[in-house]
Amino acid sequence: MALPHASMSAAKIPDMIEVSSAAAARPGQSIRSGGISDRGIAWLFITPTILLLLAINIFPLIWTVRMSLTNYKANMGWMKYRFVGIENYVDILTDPDIWDAMQTTARFVFWSISLEVLLGFGLALLINRKFRGHSFWTTVILLPMMLSPAVVGNFWTFLFQPQSGLFNYVVSFFTGIDPASFQMIGDVKLAPWSIVLVDVWMWTPYVMLICLAGLRSIPDYIYEAAEVDRASVWRRFWSVTLPMVMPFLMLAVLFRGIENFKMFDMVNLLTNGGPGSLTETVSITLKRAAFEKWQTGWSSALAIILFLTVFGAANIYIKVLNSVKRR
Amino acid sequence: MAHSVVAASPVARLLSGTVVVLYSLISIAPLVWIFLTGFKNSTDAVAYPPRILSPPSIEGYCDLFTIQTSQDADYIAHLPPSTGPCDSLAREHGRVIAGKSKTPGRFFNSILIGFGSTFLSVFLGTLAAYAFSRFKVPAKDDLLFFILSTRFMPPIAVAIPIYLMYRQLGLIDTAVGMILLYTAVNVSLAVWLLKGFIDEIPREYEEAALVDGYTRLQAFVKTVLPQAATGIAATAVFCLIFAWNEYAFAVLLTSGTAQTMPPFIPFIIGEGGQDWPAVAAATSLFVVPILCFTILLRKQLLRGITFGAVRK
Repeated sequence: MALPHASMSAAKIPDMIEVSSAAAARPGQSIRSGGISDRGIAWLFITPTILLLLAINIFPLIWTVRMSLTNYKANMGWMKYRFVGIENYVDILTDPDIWDAMQTTARFVFWSISLEVLLGFGLALLINRKFRGHSFWTTVILLPMMLSPAVVGNFWTFLFQPQSGLFNYVVSFFTGIDPASFQMIGDVKLAPWSIVLVDVWMWTPYVMLICLAGLRSIPDYIYEAAEVDRASVWRRFWSVTLPMVMPFLMLAVLFRGIENFKMFDMVNLLTNGGPGSLTETVSITLKRAAFEKWQTGWSSALAIILFLTVFGAANIYIKVLNSVKRR
Repeated sequence: MAHSVVAASPVARLLSGTVVVLYSLISIAPLVWIFLTGFKNSTDAVAYPPRILSPPSIEGYCDLFTIQTSQDADYIAHLPPSTGPCDSLAREHGRVIAGKSKTPGRFFNSILIGFGSTFLSVFLGTLAAYAFSRFKVPAKDDLLFFILSTRFMPPIAVAIPIYLMYRQLGLIDTAVGMILLYTAVNVSLAVWLLKGFIDEIPREYEEAALVDGYTRLQAFVKTVLPQAATGIAATAVFCLIFAWNEYAFAVLLTSGTAQTMPPFIPFIIGEGGQDWPAVAAATSLFVVPILCFTILLRKQLLRGITFGAVRK
């Protein structure tokens, strides 16, 4: 396409809403030849999205806040409910079971993310050496993270079968332990690790991919300068590689942290919070209270607490996201 | 010095390659195992020690797509000749095929809800992304922040009021309800991703079109959309994968008519618990499209998982 006026119009086009006044000042040169004004189009294009989000996210959120102040039970809609003030919140924050669930969640988040960072960063460093076929193997490594967490949780219960499962067999093959002697999902000691293991299997690629982008963003000349200064390999890692990759790593850690904090699907199908309530993360507690015990008021309060925590973390995440974007 | 710092030595490269290939093989093994299990019969699937290669059987796929009932040997002996391999297989196990299973319907729901919500979120997302990319919008950063923050809402927390709202509106267990819900979740990703793609298209093309006498809308349709095609396609695939994989809303808000595959697969039951060959067959069929899309999309994956912030 020919651009006869490009240089002339480029200066005044960038913000179209301002253009209308600029164009009006020069009759005959108007570049708007009819149709809706740019301001009109901007609103026309943005409003549907905002309306949808208000209807499906914000309106329900406000409703949740309202319900959280009542003793409503959704399976007994005919009963009159009453407002109980902040009773539900006080109840939750003083409930030892909730703090147990919080601790379970925190331990799960801590261990899964630590292992994912170690493995993911390590793999990224290795892949960054650009051996033959590295892009093919990178794609292979990425596959697990695109799967459905629910389906993953489900088929890992098959791999974790005590007698016939592949996982138990492989462990017994390398260690000589009887494959029928341990249950990854049923055992009190092992069940929390079964969740961590599946999460690490699934999400290490995520951390790896983002770290790899961080490593590739480091310009060669910085390493060359370090070389001139005779910096050791360790020195180069600590003072060049790590600081340069840090914002990317933060991005991965924050996102995975938020996702794992509210983790529901994979855990629900792998252990369903069991044995007992040992692997019950906050989301599982919430599901049980809301959709099995039908304590709608109480679980709305828990939902708000969960939401506020996630929202706070998401706030930080989006700030880091924007700072990485500007680089 | 024999080698530069930037390029690794051949030995280092070989070692790194070996470790990475080893990790890839270990991480892909569970998936391969599921594919193999789909082609085992119910005895081989749970045999000890696990059998890597067993005579291939289509029992899992037959179980997945048919409903079978047990009959006594005498009844089976007097049936007309079997109509196909699944029929013969069922008879060998003392069963007859009583009809088609729910599986095709569940797959259809997944496809309908996946494509429906993808179309809507990409449509809305493209419009909003264009407006955010090109126009001065009041409180633009706040609006963009608001849009992305909705993505982080814990599904179970949102599900409580949505459940009550949908119950009032009669949208529980309907495809329309699920399409609207998934659109709302995906539109935030669509706006952020597409804004990144549209930001990269030089404004000069539209400006030239405007100078040539096009209206803003015509310029958008004729110059921006074609150039954003790759971005729109990539965004669509991300939305589709999310909707395809989603479980939390699906399990709480659908039970029959609108149920998708993820809440259905774990409840494929045989005699005495899960029918593992059938579950593995369902999982294989469910996962293969995602694997294909992932391979097609590999260059855009990084963008997709960081909401368009990291591009390379």
